[in-house]
Amino acid sequence: MRRTVLRLLGPIALVLVIADVIMGLFVTPPDVVQGEIVRLVYIHPALAWVALYVAFGMAALCSVLYLWPRTRSMTFDYLAAAAVEVGVVFTILTLITGSIWGRTTWGVWWTWDARLTSTALLAVMFMGYLALRRVPADPHVRARRCAVVALFAAVDVPIVHFSVIWWQTLHQGATVLNSNLSPTIHGSMAWTLLLSFVAFTAAYAWMVIARYRIEVIRHSGDTQELDAAVEARKAEGVAL
Amino acid sequence: MAPAISLQSAVAVAGRFPVLAGVDLTLSEGMVCAVLGANGAGKTSLLRLLAGLMTLERGSGSVLGFNLTTERASVRSHVGLMGHGIGLYEELLPKENLVFALKAARLDPKRADEALDRVGINDRTAATPVGQLSAGQQRRVVLASLIARRPRLWLLDEPHASLDEQARTLIAGVIEEAAQGGATVVATSHEPELAVPMADVVVTMGGGVVTSSTLGGRNQDGVTHVA
Amino acid sequence: MWRDAWLVASRDLRIEARSRVVLWQVVPFAVLALLLFAFAFGPQRERLVTAAPGLFWLALLFSTVLFAQRARALEGSPATREATRLLGLDPAGVFIGKAVALFLELVILEVLLLVGILLLFHVVVLSWGILVASLLLAALGLSSASVLYGALSGEAQMRATLLPVLLLPIVAPVLIAGVRAFQAAVNAGGALGGRWLGVLAVFGVVYSALGIALYGPLEEN
Repeated sequence: MRRTVLRLLGPIALVLVIADVIMGLFVTPPDVVQGEIVRLVYIHPALAWVALYVAFGMAALCSVLYLWPRTRSMTFDYLAAAAVEVGVVFTILTLITGSIWGRTTWGVWWTWDARLTSTALLAVMFMGYLALRRVPADPHVRARRCAVVALFAAVDVPIVHFSVIWWQTLHQGATVLNSNLSPTIHGSMAWTLLLSFVAFTAAYAWMVIARYRIEVIRHSGDTQELDAAVEARKAEGVAL
Repeated sequence: MAPAISLQSAVAVAGRFPVLAGVDLTLSEGMVCAVLGANGAGKTSLLRLLAGLMTLERGSGSVLGFNLTTERASVRSHVGLMGHGIGLYEELLPKENLVFALKAARLDPKRADEALDRVGINDRTAATPVGQLSAGQQRRVVLASLIARRPRLWLLDEPHASLDEQARTLIAGVIEEAAQGGATVVATSHEPELAVPMADVVVTMGGGVVTSSTLGGRNQDGVTHVA
Repeated sequence: MWRDAWLVASRDLRIEARSRVVLWQVVPFAVLALLLFAFAFGPQRERLVTAAPGLFWLALLFSTVLFAQRARALEGSPATREATRLLGLDPAGVFIGKAVALFLELVILEVLLLVGILLLFHVVVLSWGILVASLLLAALGLSSASVLYGALSGEAQMRATLLPVLLLPIVAPVLIAGVRAFQAAVNAGGALGGRWLGVLAVFGVVYSALGIALYGPLEEN
């Protein structure tokens, strides 16, 4: 049953994303003020949501679970690493789509308002995580270090969210999750927006699982390797 | 009485390489054990495992009553290690190093002076930062640190290396005093003629395992251990 | 824990006093940074005055990276670290001790940099309370982050290039808040300054708490 779900996840995610694109490009109406470019709302916020909250939130959670002695397991290390990798990709896509959107609505490719800045910063932080992963070290030592880095970086995520509220910025106010909790867009646009979140989350899940599996396969030979190595080591003693 | 050291098929790794590939060793308290073997046999790794600094990958073991699989952090404060490296803060004076170690171990800092006297550190040496001392003098300071701390288990990695005749006699004397005082001593060595006379048990290592075990010069009765 | 913290703090400070690395390497670097910034922004007074808060904090942050390296280096060679590990010091205590020692050194550097900025960049501060508070709070967060990140960056060679990449993004929010607080201090903007002090306080407390909690698990072996 689980196998089937996992195998279907990829195609399902693909279908959802395509549906989102079609709805976004053809079915929903253009915005009164922003015109056609508003269609990016069916990609950009979802990407941002997945990157900031789903990916890095998952990385932080897995990191905590790894660091907590009772739940320590390399599974969480692999999951965290997978989440960060996919998260960085989504963050970069967020910045690119955001940049395109900004160019048309604000007239500039980039502006240093709080949310953009924080997101760019977050991308760099997690790229640092990936760099740390490449440093040769005992797997457990590496897992610990990366977990700590992920936790510290995750502290930044709430800052990104609240930055829109604390600092007066150019960026649109948090539309869906503002303090009144009443979404300020309606109708087909709202449904498509919801669809985009589901679609990209599914795509993320599929990518993370695939990446996790690769990591597991890569390390599965370790135990057998050790047995062989122990025998070889003993033999060298006898030979002397 | 529970043995001071008890290892069964102990396997320890450095990265992916099994530095210890199934060590069996039993040693009672108050015994002096010399560990011989070629370079790369695993002598240093054995000491580090006994100090609680390495993870037991396979097999089982206990040191001073502490289970190496679950309690190896607790072993550390009862152990004194004199390794290849200096193990001291180079900018600090000998006495400052000792006082730091003693205070950290919740022992009386005044022990530092008599320990330094015992190893023959004169006033001029005592006023020099450790980093500027010769290798032999640095080893003496490390030895003083062990004397001051009086651990239950002494682990010495090639203690005779880079020491002159006088210092070697000092080491032998210190080891004997420690053993008389009830401490267990494990010392690795490349020089059997120095190590064997002062040991109860002589163990040889090769390929990450113990390959042979004989009595040493110190052991008069002959049967106070199980190999 | 507090005994060990005190022990480690005095050890770190004593080693620093003997070797004087901070005095002869980090401080000159910070001063040099100020000079280079002055060259980059031209001799015109208005530009320097406007840029001063940012340049102060930039110089401080780059120096913090050096401090982080140094905090780790104080632990000594791998052999020394191993020998110390046998002593059974409480990891949280070790962290606090190192962070406190670093905090003191950072504050001294902040004072020196501040004097430099005031003199060289012709800055006049109206609200000293905000400025001093921002320096102390920032030093709290910076010292905690430095000790922790110094510890996880691995051995010396790798650490040299990896530590800046890891540490600087983390302390960038301190830069943002610190600069705004400095500007508020220059313009006597009380309420605004208060908000940024709040940000610095949050960072300081959070990073200290995380450091205390995570230093042990990070160093255990």
